[in-house]
Amino acid sequence: MPTSVLPENHPAVPEKSRMRSLVLWSAVSLVGAVAWGVLALARGERISAIWLVLAALGSYAIAYRFYARFVARRVLKPDDSRATPAERLEDGVDFQPTDRRVLLGHHFAAIAGAGPLVGPVLAAQMGYLPGTLWIVAGVIFAGAVQDMVVLFLSMRRDGTSLGQMARDEIGRAGGAAALVAVLAIMIILLGVLALVVVNALAHSPWGTFSVAMTVPIALFMGFWMHRIRPGRVVETSLIGVALLLLAIVGGSWVQNSSLAGTFTLSPTTLAFCLVGYGFVASVLPVWMLLAPRDYLSTFMKIGTIALLAVGVVVAAPVMRADAVSQFAGSGAGPVFAGSLFPFLFITIACGALSGFHALVASGTTPKLIRKESQVRLIGYGAMLMESFVAIMALIAAATLEPGLYYAMNAPAALLGTTAESASHAVAGLGFTITPDQLTQAAKAVEEQTLIARSGGAPTLAVGMSEIFSGVFGGTAMKAFWYHFAIMFEALFILTTVDAGTRVGRFMLQDMLGNVFKPLGRVNWKPGIWLCSALVVAAWGYFLYTGATDPLGGINQLFPLFGIANQLLAAIALTVCTTILIKSGRLRWAWVPGVPLLWVVAVTFTAGWQKVFSDDPKVGFFAQRARYADATDAGQVLPPAKSLDDMHTVVTNSTVDGVLIVLFLLLVAVVMANAAVVCVRAIRSRVPLPTTEAPYVASRLDDSERVGEPLAGARS
Amino acid sequence: MSVRRWSRAVRWYLRELTGEADYDRYCERHRRRHPLAPVPSRRVYEARRALHRETHPQGRCC
Repeated sequence: MPTSVLPENHPAVPEKSRMRSLVLWSAVSLVGAVAWGVLALARGERISAIWLVLAALGSYAIAYRFYARFVARRVLKPDDSRATPAERLEDGVDFQPTDRRVLLGHHFAAIAGAGPLVGPVLAAQMGYLPGTLWIVAGVIFAGAVQDMVVLFLSMRRDGTSLGQMARDEIGRAGGAAALVAVLAIMIILLGVLALVVVNALAHSPWGTFSVAMTVPIALFMGFWMHRIRPGRVVETSLIGVALLLLAIVGGSWVQNSSLAGTFTLSPTTLAFCLVGYGFVASVLPVWMLLAPRDYLSTFMKIGTIALLAVGVVVAAPVMRADAVSQFAGSGAGPVFAGSLFPFLFITIACGALSGFHALVASGTTPKLIRKESQVRLIGYGAMLMESFVAIMALIAAATLEPGLYYAMNAPAALLGTTAESASHAVAGLGFTITPDQLTQAAKAVEEQTLIARSGGAPTLAVGMSEIFSGVFGGTAMKAFWYHFAIMFEALFILTTVDAGTRVGRFMLQDMLGNVFKPLGRVNWKPGIWLCSALVVAAWGYFLYTGATDPLGGINQLFPLFGIANQLLAAIALTVCTTILIKSGRLRWAWVPGVPLLWVVAVTFTAGWQKVFSDDPKVGFFAQRARYADATDAGQVLPPAKSLDDMHTVVTNSTVDGVLIVLFLLLVAVVMANAAVVCVRAIRSRVPLPTTEAPYVASRLDDSERVGEPLAGARS
Repeated sequence: MSVRRWSRAVRWYLRELTGEADYDRYCERHRRRHPLAPVPSRRVYEARRALHRETHPQGRCC
């Protein structure tokens, strides 16, 4: 990652360094181009994952050096002589000028989670090439641009949130719709992420034990950091990580002991456990559970991602999946239904374009930026890093034998429960895996079964265990690495669930406070409990329906999650485009405007198909009609096993379909309101008022402080 | 770069990233602004920080 931020208005560059830069960037372009060439020309033969890594890194470097710089300089025009909110409003708590490398770490830890790991794994059903192209092109032209522009605009407004910016710059209707959309989208997101954990831990005593242990470990860390040695975060986190590794090792022992039965839980039980946990975690004091968990998750995140990068480069695995699979064209894939356009682009959300990042980029981070020009490194750079995580997840999935991939990711209803039935079903899809190989694969990672472990996490874990065991520890360590990967994903997701529930609770309190005053008070206990319970119940509902859905929860809910996330991106990009037009930069409105058009095309096509498609595999209402008709006729359609199952399918598809309609309407309201404002801005002779904070000269020295330990080091 | 310099750099980065170094900055700020008032202890500072976190939830992304 290039970290050197050139002064944005620099004087003439010496001839020698210009030459060096020319040579360097020619070399980078050449490496990237060759790698893309290999990817494009390889047909039929298996290629090394290194080419994917090189193609991605080369593209990122060029995008960061040229496109990000262009967007920053021409469109945003950061001014380092202008004091940032961190400088003007410095209070040592919320506002604090922060070293750019530290802030990059902060921001990356806040935006990266399980999303970029799960989506690409599911999207691997269409082959690795479409996913790679979308991840790389999407991040360069859409995702990273969105993050950087939102970060910049929020920074110029003293760190106001996306919802507030929508209200201030677009209008009351748009603002209110944006607020409701954000809350609703977050609920779906939490439900689906929790479902990924449930699917990863179901019937796995090892995984369940080690993830359950994260709770006492976090409680211990919280107690240690709060009571015994206040504020010693680094030492506490190191102890926590060590305990976590012990918990993973301990899981192996539990699995082979008499305790195994206690930790072998069904998806339904796990769903209830998670709901209970989510409620308790959101009402406990932050220091007890949430804060320590967050540190633990950050350390594991950065450590494991670095490890994965090393593993991919050193092990250089071969891609076993097809570059473009048969399902890319037919749209009849077992993992998620629907054709490449639009469904690939909603399945891979985080990693290419994620609306959720706009919430992070318009909250904490803008209040910590030291100099305006650093939005390029922090906004654009952190998103490139997340995109690289997505590429590695895609590699981990695509290095698996396709037979194993489909045996793990197709719905249980298709695969049955035995190795024979799964092997037969996979053969029906056009791939081969013998029952013996399936049993062996499960045995290698010490799981009871790998059949129908959908949700992405187990697949990624198997892929990571292959890569890691190739570098560290050999086959003996495979089971450890598998459960390490499961634990690492579950840890991320549970942290997101904790934090998300709390954020959701505050948003709900804020909204309900308008109706009934005491509910809005952040320290009124009954209000806190009620709102927490409401938020937990809402995502818990989706988690429960997902865990019990006869058609496979991930298959049904993941499109909803993807559409929701991308619709949030549509809202964020709408806000960006509107503000650019209002501030007289119509000429550059295409920078967020083209990604906006793209994401609107994707989400509205996907939404339309999900609502109106005649294919019961794709359209929720077609599915509803099919199962409702059969129920009326007293028939039970497989994969449902009873009339109760039939009723469940009817209810779920109705709820999902109605939700999609609701989301699309909310986003349409925001966009319509924004369009009105844009037209008014273009017609107006004088620029419309915006809420940008007035100019104040900066007194912070532009150059980095001298004598800092990291000066000159690359992060 | 020598091993010592590296380990110092890593330590600096981790302390900054986790916010452990915030207290040092806070003390320095406090002395600058209120030279006569005693600086609150680390325990008090951390308790206040926890309280602040309670009412300022931070989203984590997917």
